[in-house]
Amino acid sequence: MVTRKAAAKSSAKPAAQGGKSTLSRALKGSVEIFGATGKRKTGAQAIAPDHSPRAKPAAAPVARVTPAKAVAAGGDTLARAAQFLYAQSEMLDRQQWQAYIDLFTDDGVYWMPALPEQTEWQGSPSIFAEDKLMMAVRMGRITHPNAWSQSPMWATNHVIGNISIESETTRQVVVRSRFHMMELRRDNVRHFGGAYRHTLVKAGKGFKIKLQRVDLFNGQAPFDYVLQIWV
Amino acid sequence: MLHEPVPNLQKFVEPDRVHRLVYTDPDIFEREIENIFEKIWVYCGHESQVKKPGDYATMTIGRQPMIMVRGKDMQVRVLYNRCPHRGVQLCGNLKGNTGSTFVCSYHSWSFHLDGKVESIPLAKGYEGTRMTRDDPEFSMKPAARVDSYRGFVFASLSPTGPSLPEFLGEARIAFDDMCDRSPEGEVEVVPVCHRVIQHSNWKFFMENQLDSLHPSVTHQSTGVAATRIEKQIKASGGAAPLYYHYLSTFSSSFEQWDSVQTINFPRGHGVLKAYMGLRPQDPDTKAYEKLMEKAYGKEKMEEFLSRSIHHVLVYPYLSVQSPLQQLRVLRPIAPNKTLSEIWHFRLKGAPEAIYRRSLWYYNLVNSPATMINADDLENWTKGQWGLESTGSDWVSFHRNCGGDTIENGVSYSNKGTSEVVMRSQFKAWSDYMKGA
Repeated sequence: MVTRKAAAKSSAKPAAQGGKSTLSRALKGSVEIFGATGKRKTGAQAIAPDHSPRAKPAAAPVARVTPAKAVAAGGDTLARAAQFLYAQSEMLDRQQWQAYIDLFTDDGVYWMPALPEQTEWQGSPSIFAEDKLMMAVRMGRITHPNAWSQSPMWATNHVIGNISIESETTRQVVVRSRFHMMELRRDNVRHFGGAYRHTLVKAGKGFKIKLQRVDLFNGQAPFDYVLQIWV
Repeated sequence: MLHEPVPNLQKFVEPDRVHRLVYTDPDIFEREIENIFEKIWVYCGHESQVKKPGDYATMTIGRQPMIMVRGKDMQVRVLYNRCPHRGVQLCGNLKGNTGSTFVCSYHSWSFHLDGKVESIPLAKGYEGTRMTRDDPEFSMKPAARVDSYRGFVFASLSPTGPSLPEFLGEARIAFDDMCDRSPEGEVEVVPVCHRVIQHSNWKFFMENQLDSLHPSVTHQSTGVAATRIEKQIKASGGAAPLYYHYLSTFSSSFEQWDSVQTINFPRGHGVLKAYMGLRPQDPDTKAYEKLMEKAYGKEKMEEFLSRSIHHVLVYPYLSVQSPLQQLRVLRPIAPNKTLSEIWHFRLKGAPEAIYRRSLWYYNLVNSPATMINADDLENWTKGQWGLESTGSDWVSFHRNCGGDTIENGVSYSNKGTSEVVMRSQFKAWSDYMKGA
């Protein structure tokens, strides 16, 4: 990509000086700016240290007693899948973002479609449509000391149920479930619910997520504020 | 709502600062609804939302619940969503098809798609009363004026005032730029509307859209995180998809943002010029350019694709990102509560890859899981609370005041971060509130 320095070539000249003063003339000359370049601090990072960088947010509060790992009952697929889903939701509620991302295969995808009838994660208007790299961007954002929207009290609480196996082959399992998620933000609690459909790849004794589809049952209702992290 | 008029509204707006009450006061908000939103041309929707006779979409104009509907004659009309009998809303959903008539769920009065009364049950009951079928009071009331521009439908609840082209003025470029990018000169709505409630006055959104000082501060976390991944992809020999650039650009330096010009038109409309470099020279773009050249010739194609626009504001409620075919429309609810509706469009006749490129912006920046607006919304909420405080009465718009170039009523910022945007918007606001 060409890296013309924006600041050097400013387009911010009076658009029309006499003669034909048309909007199309005024709209000539894009500036392309390139985000953080080199080692130079940008934006708020460039201003006084009392603004930035802020201290890293404290680690997420962790329950004093970590529940012991439940033993998979009989080791059958349903029980193992259920344990996997419970563990995944614990990672969200405990804000263990990297561990959460690590649950996905290298080509794994987290997808929350806008509408239940959608079938393809690519090319569909979505609420979330993220591969692992984009998930890393989201984690990077939320753990940045200046993720301003993260400064109020914030926590989630998931409950998963209605777990069933949709299909199983030697290589993969498709698991359906329902969830409730309550989210505390500042002084308010929001309530979300919906269905998960996990396409899991068998990996040793465990699973990796190839595709997690999340159908939020209230995804087309107005959002009072937005979602900051995976549901 | 009955209320006393606010005295001397003009004293709240000075050329370089405004009084906090214009963001917080319920009476001023009511005056805005009456003097602005229920008079001016308000965006209702796109014609492609109502393709067949009976197709409808509902929305509000100011406080008024409205229906946009396609008639049997294929004309698009905008009617009050209200049965003239007892006031019950006739359409209870956001969209649908009402068949050949609207039928009231309360007493089954029915209406043609043009709003005229079709039938009343046991109509004999009205014999000898003052009610007659030909009285317009017994049909659905239409919006005073309806017009469309390149498929985008607007309505005004006032029978007088500027025409739609006059109201839009140079901000017409929002719709020209969007449609011109289609080889067929038209766009089609993608039937998904994300709706997000902002706990702030509508002005916060409008000001923020052309505020070039905020992105690197507000969106630093996302910009920095995306830059890191973008670099990681490049370092491993890959080409980072353009959508990383959508996000990483936000962490550009203050100086870079200062180089992006705003153009501020009369009536508060404006343009933030382009800064994202949305015309890469990859095979998809080249194929698209070929189609465009075939449709329009080389010169026109160049003009259309090289316009420097990030987004266009139609004051006081619409932000159009024409190069990415998306728009956000505000429906103010209260001084501290605003509904935003977020739409995007397909360029008719353009390759799927071009749609998908824009879609990434819709999904990453404009969806309800946005990595960008999450921090804007936080600012606007805290901004609203701050302005409800009596800590000071004034909101400052002094930056570069006097340093802009003004020609024929259009203000060109000489510094991208000039607060000419807000000064221009409040000039329009004052004119509206004066009844000018």
